[in-house]
Amino acid sequence: MIEFHLDGGSGLSPYQQLVRQVRHALRLGLLHEGDQLPKVKDVVAALAINPNTVLKAYRELEHDGLVAARPGVGTFVTATLGGGGSLAALGPLRQDLRRWLGKARRAGLDEESIEALFLSTFRSAAREDIA
Amino acid sequence: MTALRAQSLGKKYKRRWALTGCTLDVPAGHVTGLVGPNGAGKSTLLNLAAGMLRPTTGTIEVCGGVPGSGPAQLAKVGFVAQNTPVYAGLTVDEHLRLGAHLNPSWDDALARRRVAGLGLDTAQQAGKLSGGQRAQLALTLGIAKRPELLLLDEPVAALDPLARRDFLADLMETVAEHGLSVVLSSHLVSDLERVCDHLIVLVESQVRITGEVEGLLATHHRLSGSRRDLDTLPADQHVVSASHTDRQTTVLVRTEAPILDPGWTVGRLTLEDLVLAYMSNPTAARPALEVLR
Repeated sequence: MIEFHLDGGSGLSPYQQLVRQVRHALRLGLLHEGDQLPKVKDVVAALAINPNTVLKAYRELEHDGLVAARPGVGTFVTATLGGGGSLAALGPLRQDLRRWLGKARRAGLDEESIEALFLSTFRSAAREDIA
Repeated sequence: MTALRAQSLGKKYKRRWALTGCTLDVPAGHVTGLVGPNGAGKSTLLNLAAGMLRPTTGTIEVCGGVPGSGPAQLAKVGFVAQNTPVYAGLTVDEHLRLGAHLNPSWDDALARRRVAGLGLDTAQQAGKLSGGQRAQLALTLGIAKRPELLLLDEPVAALDPLARRDFLADLMETVAEHGLSVVLSSHLVSDLERVCDHLIVLVESQVRITGEVEGLLATHHRLSGSRRDLDTLPADQHVVSASHTDRQTTVLVRTEAPILDPGWTVGRLTLEDLVLAYMSNPTAARPALEVLR
């Protein structure tokens, strides 16, 4: 079982944060097929958020084919994200990123500049992919 | 299904209009936040919905009926007025028995379970409870009546942050369990950000904007860039607020279309930013904007 949290400064709406946290847990292997997601009522009580927000997040995950709701029982994980192949690819990618970070530091960038550079490159690349 | 519908609703106290031209449609099954500065008409609107006041103009319909029009209608609507109204001289147990006596659909098991869960001493007088406990007792009475619509006027205003969080968590749990509709007023937008999926902003006795929170946030943007004339904005971008320095312009716009101008840096708004923009730029001449999704 995973536990949700909300980050007020993330710039994402609460429902998007819940979706992202489930996808993240699937990608990192924290959630497996057959695992149950927290019950709507429990999420609502823990975070003091609107039940429709949780339902909306679960519906989106269901629409993406990642979870399935069993009426009266709960919502269960039905698929993994990325699977074994991409999990294995994480290690080398992380090493590449470490190397790049080292390079950036040697070039004199501080943490804030590194983050800004990464995010702006990430966003512009994502935009080009859409366009 | 509509929880609350108002058509050109207005209320006049002696010579002052507390609410004018209020047209609203609040769908059932939602938690609606009613925000606005003090004296904007929030309490008046809630009192009209509860049937405690009669409209001067227009109509209001709650759960399909006229507020306060009979026993069946009264049973459908729960109302917790401002300042957590409980009887200081009555004990917690006496409050529950009074609730059971006055409400035909009273859920006594639910009320007793909640009171026990909150750790309230049933023999204690309500006047001796803490502010948080009084608010929770008032909410318990409102919930145990099992209404279709629960109206709460500034329920958390007097509570400390922890009590406020507990109260809202309890309220959301009830919504999840019983699927009731809630309209709650507050001038603390940060409290509403998590719990409301619908919003009504009242300013100077008028509805400034109303709609689904997600839709409102998706259609409002903060644009900043080098100084420019607002007349150059596309026609579908409605300016909510604008400010200029000698070289920079920042505007808050509402638009259904994406922002294409590369000269703008586009920022996302929080609900609080959005509400404050509407509250601090009251243009009474402009009609209320309705965002439907």
